[in-house]
Amino acid sequence: MKISDLSKAELCSRLKKGKFCISVGPFSFCIDSHIEEVIEGLGDLYADYELRDHGFADFHISLTRPKGIRRWLHPQVLFLFDGKTPFKPLPFSQALPMMEWGMNWCIANHMHHYLILHAAVVEKNGQAVIMPGNPGAGKSTLCAALVSRGWRLFSDELALMDIDEGTLIPVTRPVSLKNESISVIQTFSPNAHLGKSYADTTKGTVAHMRPPKLSVEHAGHSAKPRWIIAPQYNKEISSKLDTESMAKMFMNLAENAFNYHIHGPRGFDVLGKLVEDCDCYTYTYNDLDKAIDEFEQLVQISSHH
Amino acid sequence: MISIMSKLNGYLLVKILRNSDLANQLDLKQWDLVIRQARRADLLPQLYYDLNKKGILKALPQEAFCHLESAYHLSVAHQQAVRWEVNRIQSALRKLEVPVTLLKGAAYVLADLPCANGRLFSDVDILVPKVVLDEAEQSLMAHGWMSVDTDPYDQRYYRQWMHELPPLRHVKRQTSLDVHHSILPETARWHPDAKKLLQAVKPLEGYERLYVLSPVDMVLHSATHLFSEGEIDHGLRDLYDLDALLRDFGKQNDFWELLYERAREMDLTRPLYYALRYTQYFLETPVPESSGKRVTGQPVRALRYLMDLLFQRALNPDHPSCNDAFTGIARWLLYLRGHYLRMPLYLLLPHLVRKSMRRNEV
Repeated sequence: MKISDLSKAELCSRLKKGKFCISVGPFSFCIDSHIEEVIEGLGDLYADYELRDHGFADFHISLTRPKGIRRWLHPQVLFLFDGKTPFKPLPFSQALPMMEWGMNWCIANHMHHYLILHAAVVEKNGQAVIMPGNPGAGKSTLCAALVSRGWRLFSDELALMDIDEGTLIPVTRPVSLKNESISVIQTFSPNAHLGKSYADTTKGTVAHMRPPKLSVEHAGHSAKPRWIIAPQYNKEISSKLDTESMAKMFMNLAENAFNYHIHGPRGFDVLGKLVEDCDCYTYTYNDLDKAIDEFEQLVQISSHH
Repeated sequence: MISIMSKLNGYLLVKILRNSDLANQLDLKQWDLVIRQARRADLLPQLYYDLNKKGILKALPQEAFCHLESAYHLSVAHQQAVRWEVNRIQSALRKLEVPVTLLKGAAYVLADLPCANGRLFSDVDILVPKVVLDEAEQSLMAHGWMSVDTDPYDQRYYRQWMHELPPLRHVKRQTSLDVHHSILPETARWHPDAKKLLQAVKPLEGYERLYVLSPVDMVLHSATHLFSEGEIDHGLRDLYDLDALLRDFGKQNDFWELLYERAREMDLTRPLYYALRYTQYFLETPVPESSGKRVTGQPVRALRYLMDLLFQRALNPDHPSCNDAFTGIARWLLYLRGHYLRMPLYLLLPHLVRKSMRRNEV
């Protein structure tokens, strides 16, 4: 059964009883919350996700109001991972962004059987692009644009590598868009479904794009990495693709990885092989249509070979 | 001994630590609980090692296996980091020309003891003679370790009453270091002699001026730490350490004799009594029959009864599935007991009042 098959009342009741479990790529989250914002957000952004009932969940999370007098003066929200609070509370209105950040944290901090890089990943024809980038570089925006034009969404934040196979594993989740990119994506792709905007978060205004249905349905299918393209939004330059050296790309990925430091020599080997096997580029852009064309050309050239 | 272990799911992790063959019989719902209890207890990687030793790791459901595998990778990284940290500490204290003794986890890892497998770390603990404490602190500061807490009251409290310096943190690596000059505060109920500990330390092979406690002292320190502490965060993990130490050292012929004798000499018979009682209760640690009479730290029956009620609850993982209606009270009473054991009431009360007032300010 999918989330969209649930009535609002059923959704509420499951979330309040801790009987709301979904698969997110290879992981399962059991979510518990009485907060309207969370209930609505899950019903909206996760509409195409399957409910599961295996009795096992990788992560038991909940979003609640902290107790005490503050709840009446400055309402806040807490993220709980199996009853413990890894973060300080946020303003109550930011419950949904907090859930999304919390879910990223859960994966990045507990799933060390994968090598986890800080990068967006999209796929076409079985070949995946890894897009590393610092916050603000424009990787989520480019990722949202690509997946609203038929690329398959793996993640806008977490590139999960199977260490033995060298393949990328989808953790398909809503794409988190910040500030100007919200309206940019609305204009670029009027059909994309964006959730509510949340102003004044630590990352500015945040809105989430619902992942394409096909991406959610195929989240069980891994892909071979083919390109590593570090995007950089620059309003002066419409589109510029430059080859990047393997060494530089290696360092870029290693420095921004979530758990490279945990994997020791094996992590070094896996990352080394990854940059060797992929074509590495930096990509400066300000025009999403042009960017999509460039990415399509890469795929065409590659399938001719 | 009265037992609350009949509770079905609350003791799942404990049951598997006792008998890892049970892991084959768990359904996914039970695995869900085991993983959560083990994570809360900081025992996930140890579970990986236990099940691997039995050869049943590969037969586990993938859902559970991946959490154990992840924890295993993390623990390997932790151990590597601890070795490096010890290397840095050794180098920072080289000029001091006094023995530096590693305590607890760092000692287990550097001495390659069986209980090092899978152990996760939040800090490194070392013991130095009290006379060089100031010098040690200065050397460490020169090499980047700073006091975490700069509150003057806390600084004074530590320096005047505690058996260790205020916790240090390295400015670059953000690693924590506790520098001890004894294993209990001087005001504590029990009075182990730190000089005697230092006289008995064993050199770590391959490391200049680096030592670990003798086997009996290692057990006594671990017991003292666990059974005098007010906040029992990782009770089961500490019992697991004790269990592994006792099983390993217990193979030596004269170990048990020496252990009881040393406990008397160090005024630590009571914590040793508790250590043996609860490692047996939770993990069925083998303790030679004949030695039962020699442990002199046994409390009177009423106290024993009370302590069973408290420790049987508080030593279990701090996870909702392990709690019953009295767990909260048990933990709170042990918190008070920890403070009470630490210093006499005329010192303790002003300290607690001061702390609670400050908590309200924040």
